[in-house]
Amino acid sequence: MLLAELANLPGVSGGEKRVRQAIVEALAGCPVEMRTDNIGNLLVRKGPRRSPHVMLAAHMDEVGLMVVAIEKSGHLKFKPVGGIDSRVLAAKRVRVGAAAVPGVIGAKAVHLQKDDDRKKPYEIEDLFIDIGAAGKEEAEALVKIGDYATFDTAATPIGSGFWRGKAFDDRAGCAVLLQLLRDPELTGFSAVFTVQEEIGSRGAITASYALQPDRALIIETTAAADTPGTGEDFSSTVLGAGPALSVMDRSVIVDREMLTELIATAREAGLPFQFRRFTGGGTDAGAVALAGEGVKTAVVSTPCRYIHSPHSILKESDLQATAALVKAWLLRGER
Amino acid sequence: MPVSGFKIKDVLMELSAATGVSGDEGAAIDVAARYFRQYTDRVKRDRFGNLIAFKEGKLPAGEPRFSLALAAHIDEIGAMVTQIARGGFLRFTAIGGIDPRTLLGQAVVVHGRTPLKGVVGALAPHLLAERERRKELTLEKLYIDVGLSEAEAREQVRVGDLISLDQEPVLLNGEKCCAGKAMDNRAGVAVLLQCAAELASMQHRADLYFIATVQEEVGLRGAVTAAYGVSPDLAVAVDVTHGAAPGLPDHEVHSLGKGPVIAIGPNIHPALGEKLHALAQSYRLPYQIEPVAGNTHTDAWAFQVSREGIPTALVSVPLRYMHTAVELLNLDDLIAAGQLLAFLSRSLDGAFWEGLSCY
Amino acid sequence: MEALLKKLTETFGPSGEEAAVRTLIEAEIKDSVDRIFTDNLGNLFALREGAGPAIMLSAHMDEIGVIITHIDEHGFMRLAPVGGMAPHLLIGQRLRFRDGRVATVYHEKLKSLRDLEWSKLYLDGGAAAAPPENPVAVGDLACFDQPFQRAGGRYLAKALDDRAGCALLIETARRLPRELPHTVCFVFSVQEEVGLRGATTAAYRLKPAYGLAVDVTRVGDTPKAPVMAVSLGQGPAIKIKDSSVICHPLVRRFMIDTAAELGIPYQLEVLERGGTDAGAIHLSREGVPSGVLSIPCRYIHTPSEMVDAGDMEHALTLLVKLCSKPWPAL
Repeated sequence: MLLAELANLPGVSGGEKRVRQAIVEALAGCPVEMRTDNIGNLLVRKGPRRSPHVMLAAHMDEVGLMVVAIEKSGHLKFKPVGGIDSRVLAAKRVRVGAAAVPGVIGAKAVHLQKDDDRKKPYEIEDLFIDIGAAGKEEAEALVKIGDYATFDTAATPIGSGFWRGKAFDDRAGCAVLLQLLRDPELTGFSAVFTVQEEIGSRGAITASYALQPDRALIIETTAAADTPGTGEDFSSTVLGAGPALSVMDRSVIVDREMLTELIATAREAGLPFQFRRFTGGGTDAGAVALAGEGVKTAVVSTPCRYIHSPHSILKESDLQATAALVKAWLLRGER
Repeated sequence: MPVSGFKIKDVLMELSAATGVSGDEGAAIDVAARYFRQYTDRVKRDRFGNLIAFKEGKLPAGEPRFSLALAAHIDEIGAMVTQIARGGFLRFTAIGGIDPRTLLGQAVVVHGRTPLKGVVGALAPHLLAERERRKELTLEKLYIDVGLSEAEAREQVRVGDLISLDQEPVLLNGEKCCAGKAMDNRAGVAVLLQCAAELASMQHRADLYFIATVQEEVGLRGAVTAAYGVSPDLAVAVDVTHGAAPGLPDHEVHSLGKGPVIAIGPNIHPALGEKLHALAQSYRLPYQIEPVAGNTHTDAWAFQVSREGIPTALVSVPLRYMHTAVELLNLDDLIAAGQLLAFLSRSLDGAFWEGLSCY
Repeated sequence: MEALLKKLTETFGPSGEEAAVRTLIEAEIKDSVDRIFTDNLGNLFALREGAGPAIMLSAHMDEIGVIITHIDEHGFMRLAPVGGMAPHLLIGQRLRFRDGRVATVYHEKLKSLRDLEWSKLYLDGGAAAAPPENPVAVGDLACFDQPFQRAGGRYLAKALDDRAGCALLIETARRLPRELPHTVCFVFSVQEEVGLRGATTAAYRLKPAYGLAVDVTRVGDTPKAPVMAVSLGQGPAIKIKDSSVICHPLVRRFMIDTAAELGIPYQLEVLERGGTDAGAIHLSREGVPSGVLSIPCRYIHTPSEMVDAGDMEHALTLLVKLCSKPWPAL
């Protein structure tokens, strides 16, 4: 499964190399032109440029950790890269650096904490990575300051048609984009695999400046809160109901014309869709829409539970429906 | 590479003493421009007010030209008059991140029709209830007293006039260290000058732009327009970072006197960062490493995403008591930073910059 | 001006849905300009050709509002803010949708009003069903439903932020002399309230030599207001600084000198929190020297914003003069 292969690769913001390489390899033999830009985006053109010039984008990076100090004891202090809820970190396994050194995230043992402290959730400062090194020297032989750490998670199929794994945000989007690029029925569009979305859509800023598209569709992964304790009215999205169309978030107000088109496309093709019923969060769309003289931009997302954690869950049928919707929209544009 | 006639302590002290609050950096820029003229081919100010000094590279015939920008912000934090209150006292707002707790009793200059010396005051402690005294000191509780009556103040001062800290720099511990206002980031400008002086009689292939950016403290604004305007092929931002002091966690700070600090992380192009480490090692310059997990909050953040993206690095000088009138640093760190940038400028060639997009 | 202001403020136009305002402005201004066009984001450009380099005048068309995030089977709608809307201001308010439909806002049972947050509010539009039986859909926008009124020498309306600026730009266009020393481009921008977005792409497209935003600003002249040396009725304000821009000294001085030359009252403004289109314009490309002419306004971002009629007249006089004079070279 393409999603699993992509999601298992490490690719914390600024360190997307492995993901980029995998995508380049996956596109070998496809009739596309590719280049990597100064910040690490992979820009892909399939077929001749058409008018309007359509750009699809998905981000390669994931949230993760960065080693900022090696303690005398051999433990590693770290900082989050991108938005990580510190409560998900304690007692998880990680892989550190290019050599994927295994480690665990430790905290003071619960038995040794005072009653008051036990009631508080862990903060980043309370936590450290333990790679089993007996001291600073041993640790320095394995890792260095500035190394990225990712969750040590392998994507696994679970339940009836669901996948569990890390980094589905936004390797799911990358998988969709790859599938579209490999699809022989589709041509005449640009695709960008962006870097550094999680720390402020940095890659999308330069990629959209370089390509100057007329219209952009961002293929994302978005939080689903169809879980106990959240009423339907605050679930944002639900698994199994198809791709989520954004109307507005913190970064963008989606172009109405494109939104209307996407809805019509889904209805004509008999594809499921839902609205993203939440206006917080942001995506590459914010940066793309404001590039140059302005770009009409929309966002379509695969819903996913527990994003930005070691284990997120999505439904395969949603992923397929996302790809089907984007494909139908591209074909509709050709009519 | 000894440089004759260039003394970083004199340059730094002159720069520190000059006024240049964000939005009105003219006096500080005049000082910097005078020095840059000695070591570069052309000096100009762009539409936004940034100072840009250019020095042409020497290339073998037929090789494509490429450029390196070295950028340091020249503006300093300060304040601005918001109201002339009863009695001639001036209410003010901060420009850049000022800690109100450091301001009480601080000497300032209000740049009215003429420069006016003043002091930051608040309600006297013996008039305050003990409980009140322990409450947070916010800017709203402070005012500036310039010793004028209300009528005189209204004549001399207008809403929007700038206020700067009034503090001459001082050398400490022999001449090892220097403390004063605006070391953030006149230190960076001094490093650029050190680099330019080192290169005065040297050959380099890259076209060099030395940029003193404006309005960094209010949001990297000068860097946004300078990066777009100059559009260099490579960029290095030079700024200050937090120096080690009691009570600060080791992994958040860097030691004074142990050399310039080279940043790594997503804001930094990996190959350019690596090049700086390698140069520091091969020339036996002291250096330190600063991992930054996201935004470096320096001009490097703006340069990196200008136009189609610029490979960018960040070199910092450790400094204690940031954003106060007694910012303290070690002069050897500045010299080493200037030398490191000079080595970088001399080492760059076409093959290196062309390879930067091969991740 | 009053009739124009009434039409403008009573029109529907939350950020992202400025079409009705754009159509109205286009009709009002088209006879006074040489060229008119829009861009991908929906900004409206109205150009008067002149001899010298272009000045971009910008006022934003959008107003704050809410967006529907969910509709339950009883027709109750959940909402989220668009721009700087405060939840407590909405209780008991009428809101209006694009098609003219209205609804009112109330809150779930609360122990104290201090517990009020967006998730406790709902909108009731009278339809007791979920879509498609309910005419409202998730993603629809709504704005305050308030008539324009005159109160003494002052105007009361929703969306004076920044239809007051739009009105001034339209009236300025109508009064410009035949020959102009500069090309003047009136930009009616979109999505200012969600982050100066329209002005960002508009300035990039126009590459103007100078920028001038016209927007409302806060005042410090109401009971126990925060310290601010701007009052209603003391003339338009020439901005020195806000969170988004430090106005260019040259532009500032040019505005002050022009006001003095006309003998109209003006105030100097330092706004501690808030921004305007000038924040985006002045950082466009290599930088654009920019200023802001502000209309003092009470109760900004409420259903009853208030500006002074005299301030508006003086602002108009100043704007016409500013567009008719050669600007100082850098």
